[in-house]
Amino acid sequence: MTTSDRDMTAAVAATRFGLGARPGEIAAARSDPRGWLKAQIRPEGAEQPDPALPSTADRIADFQDYQQAKKDPNALKSMLRKEYLGTADEFMARARLAAQTDGGFRERWTLFWINHFAVAANKGLMPAVVGPFEREALRPHVFGRFEDLLTASTRHPAMLVYLDQAQSAGPDSPAARRNRKLGLNENLGREIMELHTVGVDAGYQQADVTEFARALTGWSFGGPRDPDPSTRGRFIFRANLHEPGARRVMGRAYGDGGEAQARAVLRDLAAHPATARHVAVKLARHFVADDPPPALTARLEHSFRDSDGRLDQVAAALVDAPEAWSPAAAKFKTPYEFLISSWRALGAAPAAPRDIIAPLNTFGQRAFTPPSPKGWADVAGDWAAPDAIVKRMTWSEAFAAANMGDADPAQIAQNALGARLSPVVAKAVDRAESRKEALAVLLMSPEFQRR
Amino acid sequence: MTRLLTAPSRRAALFAAAGLGLSVTFLGRQAFAASEGAAARRKLVVVICRGAMDGLSVSPPVGDPDYRGLRGEIAIAGFGQPGGALPLDDTFGLHPKLTAIHDLAMKGQARIAPAIATPDRARSHFEAQDVLETGMSGVYAADSGWLNRALQALSAQRKVEALSVGAQAPLILRGKVQAASWSPGGYRDADPRLPGILADLYAGDPLLGPALAAGLRTEAMAKAAVDPAPPAPGPMAADVAMNQAGGAQQLQARAQQAAAGQARNLGATLAKFMIEPNGPQIAAVSLDGFDTHANQGAAEGQLANRLLYLDSMIDGLTSGLGPAWSDTLILVCTEFGRTARVNGTRGTDHGTASTALILGGGLKGRGVVGDWPTLRQARLFENRDTAPTLDMRSLFKGALADQLGLDRRTLDTVVFPGAADAPPVRDLV
Repeated sequence: MTTSDRDMTAAVAATRFGLGARPGEIAAARSDPRGWLKAQIRPEGAEQPDPALPSTADRIADFQDYQQAKKDPNALKSMLRKEYLGTADEFMARARLAAQTDGGFRERWTLFWINHFAVAANKGLMPAVVGPFEREALRPHVFGRFEDLLTASTRHPAMLVYLDQAQSAGPDSPAARRNRKLGLNENLGREIMELHTVGVDAGYQQADVTEFARALTGWSFGGPRDPDPSTRGRFIFRANLHEPGARRVMGRAYGDGGEAQARAVLRDLAAHPATARHVAVKLARHFVADDPPPALTARLEHSFRDSDGRLDQVAAALVDAPEAWSPAAAKFKTPYEFLISSWRALGAAPAAPRDIIAPLNTFGQRAFTPPSPKGWADVAGDWAAPDAIVKRMTWSEAFAAANMGDADPAQIAQNALGARLSPVVAKAVDRAESRKEALAVLLMSPEFQRR
Repeated sequence: MTRLLTAPSRRAALFAAAGLGLSVTFLGRQAFAASEGAAARRKLVVVICRGAMDGLSVSPPVGDPDYRGLRGEIAIAGFGQPGGALPLDDTFGLHPKLTAIHDLAMKGQARIAPAIATPDRARSHFEAQDVLETGMSGVYAADSGWLNRALQALSAQRKVEALSVGAQAPLILRGKVQAASWSPGGYRDADPRLPGILADLYAGDPLLGPALAAGLRTEAMAKAAVDPAPPAPGPMAADVAMNQAGGAQQLQARAQQAAAGQARNLGATLAKFMIEPNGPQIAAVSLDGFDTHANQGAAEGQLANRLLYLDSMIDGLTSGLGPAWSDTLILVCTEFGRTARVNGTRGTDHGTASTALILGGGLKGRGVVGDWPTLRQARLFENRDTAPTLDMRSLFKGALADQLGLDRRTLDTVVFPGAADAPPVRDLV
């Protein structure tokens, strides 16, 4: 590799694979950019934002207090405050990790899976459990087997509530025979097939969705009012909700097996060739281009299939793929990516909700609240609307005014973009009338808005 | 500096309800409205209710003998009963929260299409919204929206521009015509040099260059159109409600009223834009939160809150338009309907046909648009859903033909290619 190739490769490693370069990061990646990325892949999974954050069970216990407090306005007010602060703490811890980590690729990889298994803080218990869901169900498995990640996601209370699974009852289950108001809800089954595994064009029918939903009946968790406190916030199988009998999903038969029945379906869905394809396309689109090169998609698909869904190997295949290293930046940053990379460029981190939660609202990417189970959009068309560009400009000015201080703008630009900094933007940064204008120009430059 | 909303919170979840998320999109700003007479005064608004809005609750067929049995505890009560449907004819009523729309119906300014669907049958939100917004026969067949293609066709006759309001650009307006955009939430007021510097840096950038230019134009227009600035959505009003109110129920009632007030303001702001001399002739509005798998409610509850929001937005819009309402047509549609039977969690799952609302100050016809297949078991689509009797594109074509004067050939070849067998609904206005 020539010197200039090496400079460009290091810049691409930190800005496209990672979350944007912190000062010194491109220099650290320079001697072996691919090795620097691969060193971030590790069997224990993602980093955890903050070991002191409460578990799902803790948050559900608080939620019960809140339900009781509803009758008393003053108690309600203080509980609401506690709930609100708890969810904000979760998001702030996650944002600070993203801004400060040396493992930017590892965290981007994690955020991809968080968006793949999207849940939203939009109803009932959800604001209390979205943070614990990411920490407990997803982060430990992001470099493990896809099947384990899928199973952990599906069994977590957050997913069971978000997609209405927890109360779904088989029509012929013991509980539904006693209480005719109980019945089936197919929401989780459908979205696992359509969004988490094989994808909508895999050839499954309505009957497959219904059969999978029947297999999933009984998958539930201990709620705030469950008599056994030790089950609160944990997965439990409620046999009396489970639809008895054998099932048939996408051409495969599943014997009458209680809890194990849906586990077997999940195992087969995880191993289905359409899942490898679906995941490969989404990964290539996220990391490289809105319309990714077919050769890259095929490479990732083969890696997924050949390794039986070992995500550490898929991540390594992505790093090794020549198609992923084109110097041209094709991906327009989402609001979260833009904000995190801005903090990283300064070597700083958001300290208060106004530093990140508020601007995310303004940019239409509300914290912990993707608009649907499909997660946030991952293509430029959704984020580069005219209004969005003006709002980014407004925010960049305010951010620069508040945080720039006496730093040298030319040095910040070099640290943040390395070989990706174009002469025309470097010149515009030099010619700015103030340090804060220089930083706003850098953050709004075409190469900083993309990765 | 921008108005900042509060953090995502329990409050947001409780009081703003699931998905107050909302965006408005304006399309088609006439450049030379004054010189073009009647054709240029005619306005079209498309409201997309995302998440699959339940047609059997929007326009409950309380006179259909099978309705109550299928729906159980989420059935809307009959005419004249507490929380009952607002009567349209012997069979159909409107949901009790749709009072403003019912007032329009009583004046001959609102009709329903109770069994309408896109050609998509996959029951996937994302596929069906794609088909609804692209206007194509199948999924992912185009990357432009049918409103944008209609604009392209119109631009052969007169200069048109496009304007979107909302943080995210919806597919229905994406395409060759650059859409400007605006959303409630404050204005830029700082370094006057920065826009010029960035315009230079973006000169060769096909994505950022046009977007910044359109954004700055719209910002100037918004400043002129909106005075005072509209209230921020959701949580802020909920905070105010929380500080003033007493018990939880009262809090929730107040929050609903606050949300309805915001929706009315949003409709009124949209109206202000549209009646400006150079205001948009075409607008698209997105409302989220209609995916009611569990605890859907009947006269009150989750879906009722969303319908109140919709009704309030329509009320603000029609009132705000004033005399221009007589030249305006509003279509309210959704990607698909929901199962005819209530499910096991007091909600409904993904279905097929749903209801579209057709609202206009100058509606000609009366009565239901399209046939009612009834809810008899033998007539249910795949023994679960309201059967579709009308192609959504027939309604869209009829609206574009009647309201904007697009001819059949253009509709069949440019705007809705592959839908020649879906004839336009005639004589809407």
